[in-house]
Amino acid sequence: MKAPKFNYVKAESRSHALQLLDELGEDGRIIAGGQSLMPTLNMRLSQPDTLIDINKIPDLGGITLDGNIVRIGALTRHVEVANSPVVAEHLPLIAEAMPHVAHHAVRNRGTIGGSVALADPAAEMPACVLALGGTMVVESVNGSREIAAEDYFHGLYETARETNELLVELRIPAKKTGDISVFMELAQRHGDYAMAGLACVARINGNAFEGLRLVYFGSEDKPTLASKAVSAVIGQAWSEECKEAATKALEDDLDPMANLQGSSAMKLHLQKVLTGRALDTAIERAEAA
Amino acid sequence: MNKESPAPILDRPNSYVGRTLSRDAAKRAVAGRGRYTDDINPARTLHAAFVRSPYGHAKILSVDVEEAKQQPGVALVMTGAELAEMCTGPWVGTLTCFDGMKSAPQYPMAVDRACWQGEPLVMVVASSRAAAEDAAEFVMIEYEELPVVIDKETALDPDTPAIHPDLGDNLAFEKTIETGDVDKAVAEADIVIEDTFTFGRHTAVSLEPRALLAEYDPGTERLTIHTSSQCPHMVQAVFARTLGLPEHNVRIVAPDVGGSFGLKIHTFGDEIATIAASVKLARPVKFIADRLESFATDIHARENRVRGRIAVTKDGKITSMDIDIRSGAGAYSQYPRTSVFEANQILNITGGPYAHENYRASTQVVYLNKVPTSQYRAVGHPIGNSVGESLVDQAAAACGIDPMEFRRRNVMHDDSYPRIGAAGIEMRDMSHQQCLETLVERMNYDALREEQEEFRKKGVQRGIGIAAFIKGTAPGPSGYYGAGGAPIATQDACTVKLEPAGGVICMVGVTDQGQGVDTVMGQITAATLGVPIESVRVIEGDTDAVPYGGGTYASRATAIGGEATYQAALKLRAEILEIAGVLLQAAPETLDIVEGHVVDKGDTVSRISLAEIGRIGHFQVFELPNHVQPTLSATHRFRLRDALYIFTNGIQGAYVEVDIDTGFLKLLNHWVVEDCGRVINPQLADEQVRGGCVQGLGGALYEECVYDAAGQLQNATLADYLTPMAGEMPDIEVAHIQTHTGVSELGAKGVGESGTGAAPAVVMNAVNDALRPFGGKISSQPMSPETILKALGKV
Ligand SMILES: Cc1cc2nc3c(=O)[nH]c(=O)nc-3n(C[C@H](O)[C@H](O)[C@H](O)COP(=O)(O)OP(=O)(O)OC[C@H]3O[C@@H](n4cnc5c(N)ncnc54)[C@H](O)[C@@H]3O)c2cc1C
Repeated sequence: MKAPKFNYVKAESRSHALQLLDELGEDGRIIAGGQSLMPTLNMRLSQPDTLIDINKIPDLGGITLDGNIVRIGALTRHVEVANSPVVAEHLPLIAEAMPHVAHHAVRNRGTIGGSVALADPAAEMPACVLALGGTMVVESVNGSREIAAEDYFHGLYETARETNELLVELRIPAKKTGDISVFMELAQRHGDYAMAGLACVARINGNAFEGLRLVYFGSEDKPTLASKAVSAVIGQAWSEECKEAATKALEDDLDPMANLQGSSAMKLHLQKVLTGRALDTAIERAEAA
Repeated sequence: MNKESPAPILDRPNSYVGRTLSRDAAKRAVAGRGRYTDDINPARTLHAAFVRSPYGHAKILSVDVEEAKQQPGVALVMTGAELAEMCTGPWVGTLTCFDGMKSAPQYPMAVDRACWQGEPLVMVVASSRAAAEDAAEFVMIEYEELPVVIDKETALDPDTPAIHPDLGDNLAFEKTIETGDVDKAVAEADIVIEDTFTFGRHTAVSLEPRALLAEYDPGTERLTIHTSSQCPHMVQAVFARTLGLPEHNVRIVAPDVGGSFGLKIHTFGDEIATIAASVKLARPVKFIADRLESFATDIHARENRVRGRIAVTKDGKITSMDIDIRSGAGAYSQYPRTSVFEANQILNITGGPYAHENYRASTQVVYLNKVPTSQYRAVGHPIGNSVGESLVDQAAAACGIDPMEFRRRNVMHDDSYPRIGAAGIEMRDMSHQQCLETLVERMNYDALREEQEEFRKKGVQRGIGIAAFIKGTAPGPSGYYGAGGAPIATQDACTVKLEPAGGVICMVGVTDQGQGVDTVMGQITAATLGVPIESVRVIEGDTDAVPYGGGTYASRATAIGGEATYQAALKLRAEILEIAGVLLQAAPETLDIVEGHVVDKGDTVSRISLAEIGRIGHFQVFELPNHVQPTLSATHRFRLRDALYIFTNGIQGAYVEVDIDTGFLKLLNHWVVEDCGRVINPQLADEQVRGGCVQGLGGALYEECVYDAAGQLQNATLADYLTPMAGEMPDIEVAHIQTHTGVSELGAKGVGESGTGAAPAVVMNAVNDALRPFGGKISSQPMSPETILKALGKV
């Protein structure tokens, strides 16, 4: 398939891009790495009037530690995130997740902003950003605003970003001493979108979870924070019974969507298995730390 | 091994036969310098795109192309009805060798009714593919949706509508064979095991999709077609006959072909349309299927349900097997090779390695509103082997006998050939026992069983699978295509020529799709003639150049084309020695050719070079007496005589780990011991087996063309139709037993499909071996994590 005709504008600067977004409204579409957008164009699943290329905007990429916040520019390529010492040290959850994002060729072009803007329910980065309590900075001609991850992901490819807004940056709290993170996913082939997956951030005291965020992806219509499963675990000594209670409680947190990869029941089963494994791993990591 | 070699010349020291030599074609492909059909861009080339049926089954009420014709760059918009007028008649995909078979007449593009989603309806030809696709959006078609037949199990029910009312029902073909007395064997057996197996639809997914460039020259009325094909002469005949052109005016060139796997032995309606456009416009017209079109229009295969039963004595002797196959074809039987070979092969080969004398197999092939099915690598074998080998494993378990030992007790003995197999087909030159014992050694079988036990104690569930197999290769002339009425040669030919400067040109009817057929033919030529490999140039894939042949399919290239090449080279060699004898005043029998020079037998000192003979033979013929009229060219044609196939055999082993909580598999190790007769190039043979295994594993674990109830293909992208990737594949250890076939002097059998044929069986057996302690069992493929979890009762 070949893409239908579209106009193409290379945005020279942020303000240029914002201007274009504002003028074009629904007719404009940002292209970052193009790894998700290009296939939909070629299959004529989306037919935007004008592509706004943000790849040459100078100040839209890069990773910096700013106090206890890691700032990642929207145009930062997956490969840069994967290779970043700042990410490795301060966002070990994302460092652990990155090898699961697609393949080398796709990671060389694809951007973290593109992932978060697209909000594929099986994507790794949205789940990590939510688990870590990050925020998205979006900008329009009217100014910028910061949206907490909890408020940002609305559903299947739907987010709080308005059509005239550019996602410019992710702000993610750096790991605090004692934080434990675990990332796990199940995909039949390496690099595929997850059949089920879990991003977990915990504070552990001895054999008990004091704080815990569990974010599931690949099964719901968006990355999903589990509360019931967390309640079943917090303050309890970690044990087989506790694991059982947590996985049981997960049935109230999740309502998986079936797809070609599996039924709702199977996805729930897999998320339960991952929950037990991730929490076991968290305890092991806490002991080892 | 072999007593007296009938081809001693190939067994000389330093022979090019039996040696790994690198492929020139691989070097160019790896460097990105391959020249595929789409790389060929004559001036003024137009591009075709197709409007395809969005429905599984629909009446076409009206077609309005007026607006499409007005779009920028459009040169032609052609409807199915217009194309039908350019054709000599519809295709009917039946062969007379399949008694009672029926299929509806099919036009290259649907005329008044679309019978599967993706069937071509209207062609748009424009200045670029993008322009053609843009214009295609302006073709207006009114449809009336018709009920679809999607489920093969209910396709023959009285209340299921017939897709083609003229056929009366949806039955394409049925057949039953029986040898011995199955009912008696079952009644007398100690143990009888029954199971039902289901297999999903697959498609070939060649890296290079179908591709065709047609160039009609109205001056000479010649048509040159570059196309990604395995069988140039067959497509020449089909294209020419369908469009009413003289066959000799149609030249088919298959340039580099990027994978084929059986897909490219077929012809498709969109290809006929593209050629018709070139004839009509007198301009080059190109059609390159994109990935979506590949999924929705390339032949599909493997959709079968098989009920199987095995009867055994309690000491582990198989007394009978019987199977019943329901095979799901598409909306038409694929022309000209049909959609019933698969079921027929399942019937031919199930339980094929074993010595039981009672066998019954019946099949019904039914039409469905899906893409037509036909031959795909290892036709029917993945199914027949999975059924037979799973039944054998289940019987072994029921008898309490180790599955390797069980097979040892039941395989045909190596000294028992020729003999008739259970399906009534002659078997010869096979080596089940030797292959099995070699596998035991290679796997270190007993130690592996112990290791498996140790892991079980640690809660790690590993499984060991074994699957013996037979594989029908290199079909003979009596059985099918030619005999059945299709223009497909089962013979193949080679012409070898000595050029003036001593170079050797070898022209073969068999073709290369990346597997190294050209390299192998070069090796045979060089070894037989006695010339350096560098001086041999192999030409294939051009009907203007090569002798008429069937091309490459059914693992026949080396077995059939290789023998033709060997014999042609022998003839040329004899002529060269005769000329040398005259020039050197020596008896030809006292001379030999070594490294491009004629020498005295047993010596290496050059008496005259082939370049000198070439020079004299072409330019200085007056130096020869009048009775010597050098042709320096020899052709040989080879075909099987009585044999239906050259059957090969082998056995595979697999070691897998099953995560019983997630249903995920890890493929730890894979072994293949197979007998393809004489191995010409060990590395190429190994890689055929490895690649074949990977293709089989893909089918067993991941691949399935999923249709919904309305006949919509759900996963026509490479993100949704999962093919195997290197990261998940095991190491595959390959060993060859070389029992030369007696039907040729070369002694080579086919090797290209042996991996694919049994890999699904062996991995299913391995998974079931891991699940057995939990009472779980899988009898359907692909074996997704969900299938495994269901077998374990976890979801
Ligand atoms: C074979 C393959 C496998 C893949 N596997 C995975 C996987 O396992 N996990 C995974 O997470 N992803 C996967 N991806 C997707 C990949 O990670 C994409 O790169 C990513 O989802 C989108 O990033 P991009 O920069 O390519 O965005 P683009 O494709 O350029 O854009 C995607 C969407 O986001 C919008 N957009 C992009 N940037 C911005 C911005 N700054 N502000 C506002 N809107 C913006 C675009 O308008 C578009 O709608 C895979 C892709 C491929 C081709």
